[in-house]
Order: sequence, then C-alpha cells, then structure tokens
Amino acid sequence: MLELIFFSLLNGIVTGLLLFMLASGLTLIFSMMGVLNFAHASFYMLGAYFAYTISIYLGFWIGLIVAPILVGLLGAVVERYGLRYVHRWGHVAELIFTFGLAFLIEEVVQFIWGKDTKAYHEPEILQFPLFTFFGQNFPAYKAFMLLISIGIFIMLLLILTRSRVGLIIQAAIHKPNMTAMLGHNVPLVFMGVFGVGCALAGLAGVIAGPALGTFPGMAFVLGSIVFVIVVVGGLGSLTGAFVASLLIGLLQTFAIALDYSVNDLLQLFNISFDADSAFRDLWTLSLPQIAPILPYLLLILILIFRPTGLFGNRET
Amino acid sequence: MKLKSTILVGAAIAALSAFTAQAADTIKIAFIDPLSGPFAATGTSGYKQAQFAADMLVNQKGGVVGGQMFEVVGFDNKISPKESLVQLKRAIGDGIHYIMQGNSSGVANALTDAVKKHNSRNPDELVLFMNYSAVDPALTNEKCNFWHFRFDANANIKMNALTDVIAEDESIKKVYIIGQDYSFGKAVAAGAVKYLGEKRPDIEIVGNELHPIGKVKDFTPYATKIRASEADAIITGNWGADMVGLAKAIGDAGIDAPVYTYYAANDGITKTIGASGKNKIRLVHEGRVNPPPTEEYKTYHMAFKEKYPEADISQFRIANALVMLANAMNETDSTDPAKVAMALEGMEYTTIQGDKVVMRAEDHQLMQPISISVHTDENIVLDADNSGYGLVTEKTISAADADIPPSGCSMERPAS
Repeated sequence: MLELIFFSLLNGIVTGLLLFMLASGLTLIFSMMGVLNFAHASFYMLGAYFAYTISIYLGFWIGLIVAPILVGLLGAVVERYGLRYVHRWGHVAELIFTFGLAFLIEEVVQFIWGKDTKAYHEPEILQFPLFTFFGQNFPAYKAFMLLISIGIFIMLLLILTRSRVGLIIQAAIHKPNMTAMLGHNVPLVFMGVFGVGCALAGLAGVIAGPALGTFPGMAFVLGSIVFVIVVVGGLGSLTGAFVASLLIGLLQTFAIALDYSVNDLLQLFNISFDADSAFRDLWTLSLPQIAPILPYLLLILILIFRPTGLFGNRET
Repeated sequence: MKLKSTILVGAAIAALSAFTAQAADTIKIAFIDPLSGPFAATGTSGYKQAQFAADMLVNQKGGVVGGQMFEVVGFDNKISPKESLVQLKRAIGDGIHYIMQGNSSGVANALTDAVKKHNSRNPDELVLFMNYSAVDPALTNEKCNFWHFRFDANANIKMNALTDVIAEDESIKKVYIIGQDYSFGKAVAAGAVKYLGEKRPDIEIVGNELHPIGKVKDFTPYATKIRASEADAIITGNWGADMVGLAKAIGDAGIDAPVYTYYAANDGITKTIGASGKNKIRLVHEGRVNPPPTEEYKTYHMAFKEKYPEADISQFRIANALVMLANAMNETDSTDPAKVAMALEGMEYTTIQGDKVVMRAEDHQLMQPISISVHTDENIVLDADNSGYGLVTEKTISAADADIPPSGCSMERPAS
C-alpha cells in the first residue's frame, strides 16, 4: 500500500506539472485576450512532432530547444495574421477560428507524419531507473520532466512578478483597455504572450512525447482537461493554474490506483445490497472506472460553488 | 499524317483487345476494408499484402482454372458497417463474386448477413465472403453461414492457446488482466477468467481492469497498480496507441513479468515499444516469422519487403485465404462460388510456412497452429517496422482449436 501511495504521489506530481505547462500558457492567453484557445493542445502535439523529426537528425537535446521556439514562432504568426484579423468580428469568431485550427493541425500532422505512433524515445543518457523502491523503478526521464516543469514554473513566476514585461502583462490581464490607454503596445504584448504560451505547450509536447507517446490523438486526450484546469484554478492566476494542475494530476492518479467501489463505501455503514438488484451496476462501479470523469465533476462543482475558480479574482 | 493516324488506330485496337482479353481472364476479389480514416494504416497494409499474395502465390504460378488471374480490388468502407454494405453492392454491381474483409467484427457481422440475404435472393449471382481477421466467435457459432469462411483463429481459440502456455508455467501464480472498455476488451477478460479457471484454478486473478479506450494519456498509474499487485503475468487485448502506452509504462516501471497480448506488433507498434518491451511482450498469433519456418516463406517475405519497404507481412492469413481460394477453384475446375464454397469446406492445405491447416466444414473456421512469440532483437531474421526488433516464436500449439468445437452453428447448405 505504501508503495502504491508513494508512486501514485510521484506520478501525480509529474502529470500535474506537465498539465501545468500547458495550462499556464492557456490561462494567460484566455485571461488576457478572452480567447479560449481550442488549438492549444494542438501546439503541444506540434511540439512533440517537431522534436521527433529534429531528434532524428540532430538528437534529443537540440529538439528540446529548437522545437518549442518553432512552435512559439508559429503561435505568434497565428496570432498576428489569424486571430488579430478575426478579432474584428468578436470573440465568437475567434473561438471558431481556434476550433477550426485544432482540426486543421491534426489533419496536417496526419498528412505529414502519418497515423501510426512515432518511435520518439527519451535520450539514452536518461534511460535508466533513477531509483528502485519496493522493486518498482522510477525512470530518470520522469525526474527530468519534473525538473523542467518546476524550472519553467519558477521562471514564469519571476518574469511575471519581478520584470517590467511581467508588470505590463499583469496589467493587461486585469485592465487591458487601461493598459493600452497608458501607451503600451497591447497588440504586441498579446502576440508575445500567445507565442510564449504556444512555446510552453510545445515544450510540454517535447518532453511528454517520449513518455506518453507521439500519435495524432495526443492533443485530443489532453485538450479538454487543460480547460478544466484553467477554470478550476481561476482566470489569469498562475498560482491557481499550478495548484489546479497538481490537484487534477493527483486526483487522476489516485483514482486509478485506489480500487474502491460504492459498495465498499456502503459497507462501511453496514449497508449491503442484493447482487441481483436493478442498481447493481451502480454499486459495483469502482473508482478507476469513474476516474476519467472526476476532473469534469470537479469543474461543475467549482462552477456552481466558486465561479471565479480557486484563485481567480475576475469573473469574465 | 495518314500513316500516323493508322498507327494510332491500330495501337488503340490492340490496346482494347488486350484489355478485353485480360478482363475475361481475371477473377476480381473485392477487398472491403478501411483504406482511409483513422484505421487506414491497418487496412492499406492488409490490401498490399492481399495484392502481393495474389500476384506471387497465384498469378505467377499460372493463375487458376486454365490461366485466369486474380485481381484484388480495394473498396474503402471507412470501417463503418453501413458503408461496407454500400461497397458490397458496388462490388456485386461490378460482377464480383468474391469478397474479403477483416477489420472489425461489427463490419463482418453486417457483411455476413448481407451476403446470406443476397445469395438466397440471387442464386445465379452468388457471393463468397472470406473473413481474414474479424475474430468475434459468434461469426462461426450462432451467426455462422455457408458463404462465410474465417481464416483467422477466433478470440476464444487464441485465448485457449494463450492460457495453455500460462497454465504450463508453474511460476505463474498471479495474473493481471487489463483491457479497453468495449466489447472486445470485455471478451478477452471473460475468456481469460474462464480458461484460467478451468486449467489452473490455483492462479489468482489479482486484477481485472477496463480502462477507457483511446482516452488514457498516461498508463503509469496502471503500471504502478500492476506492480503493486505482484502479478507474474499480464494479459491484455489492447491495440493501437493504448497498447504502446501500456507497454511503455510497464517497461519504464521495471515490471519483470511477461505481457501476453493480441496486437502488440507491426504498423509502428514494434518500433515504438522497442527496447522497453524486450523479452517481455508476447503475442498470440497465427503464422510464424522468426525463425523463418521455411526457406520458401523467407523468400516470400523478403520479396514483399523489397516491393513495400515500409510495410510488413503482419497478417499472413491473407495469403492463406487467397491460395486456398485458388486451390478450391483449381480442384473444381470452376469459378462458380457454390462449387468453390463446397470445395473449401473441409479443405486441407499446407501453407508456405509448412503448417497444415483445415477449413472445418461444420462452422467454416480454419483450424491452424497458434504461436506464442516474444518481442526481442535477438535472433531476428525478419524484423518488423525496420526496427531490428521482431517476433521470435517460443511455442506453437498445434490444436488449440480442437478444444473449442463449433457451438450453435447450423448452416443451410445450398441443394446441389
């Protein structure tokens, strides 16, 4: 049991921090521009595929640096020539634009790289178990993912709170019009934030690709969960996104690890049910089976009881 | 000018007559499978294997019934049963009497019903259905029909073979079953529980888990659970990205237990699993690859790789289906589906891998040896995905199907 809890804790943190890398960009973009970027997870996928192609020719480490930059540039171009143009028709048009973009990217990826899973592997230098606990390995690559994610979090926090650029971004998040009135080039800030957000998603893709698989469906499996994090954490709150990411990462991992069913809960109260009862499917429902819906349940509860999210302070 | 046009007309007539001569001498076989969409990789790979087998093993050996050639024609069904019926109509409209299909038992169920109905209404325009991969046991049990022939081992036969191997291994005391949450995943789990219970009641099933299909982003939590359960063996029916994810997570967690699978090879999977599944991943399948069972098969495999370097012979049964069809035609000296179907019933055939197979007459299920192979990079002659990794056969069970007699099949044979 101790083993299960220990590894679930570790896995939960790794998953959570990975989700944070995606969510941090999304929450900044969302709160600043009011655009729910449906294509955000697609940039994550592009990061993995770019890095895969680069790693074939130049190795993993070059890919780790170059791929996120490429994705970030692509994101900036999308903002400058796509979103900004569409913006004049309002938020709905922007929403539909990113929605279409997500499909477009998925099709293009399938067109270029094909439909099968790509053999994108972690670098050999990281292919060893970091430690073994109760006979179970913790791969060094997971620890590397952990380090990168924490590094990114600290860097983002410092930039946003300690630098001049960060001040402008924070101002633009809360009072975009006022910031523009004060003479700051808000469109440039938007483009920069969109680009950096996409680059972060790309970086998440680069490091997640070898661990979680590089295939055309990888954006889809992560896409919706990131929106949950943004809402649960609260709009525009980096701390919120961080806490919500960890919360959801741990929630999903532990829900799979702990094999409890409704029946077990009822037995605690000495209530038992007939095996032939019409509700038996409900009573035998186990935690791992409902694990995928738990984040969405949390989303609904948050929207009902605390619409601003855990750390949010703006209601739009 | 006049000379030029004469030459042109002459050439046109020559081409036309060559074409009609060719058309009269070809037997078209409709290959109805997904050739576009998410499952296109599997469908097109099968299509290539069918075309190659028809060419190499039938046409180059003189064709059938006095030199008639096989021509495999692709019909894209987008893996939808509804679309498959449309394509079946198209094929029949083109005068095709032989159809092949394999991906998805749902599609096979729809096709076998449609073929049965069509044949009862159009006795002079009969259609014969060769199923090369849909493994739902019902297709040869309660849903069996005279015009349907299955060349793959059904899910129960494969599970029987797999549990035979597990039962022999005294060191296996605890088994973990994990699968995708849909009909096939559930069928694999049910089969494993049933056969293990019969053969080795002392084995404890320490986990029987279904996960959402195609939605799990990280299998590490499942691997942690498997490790914590101290399982000595793992059984899974997973395929596609779910198989890759599970295999990687098990490898990364350092779980040192065999993983018995149905579909953990080829189409990019072998390459992606790579070193993390070495000597761990095992596959239950028909046909053998390493060591190459016969020199003839090796030549055949290499010739295929030369023509399609990016593809693999992942479904050897396709070749068996086509050659057995050709043999049935030659035996009866006819291309009439009714006579050919009668000849296929009970037909014995020695594959180019040297295996003796029999088409069981009662239910049209091909009886064939089933192999358990391990994913490794040692002693590989013919690799998969050009990765250096491939399957080495550890054990072949010659009569896994004998234990599973036809059940519930009563077919109507045409009065001859």
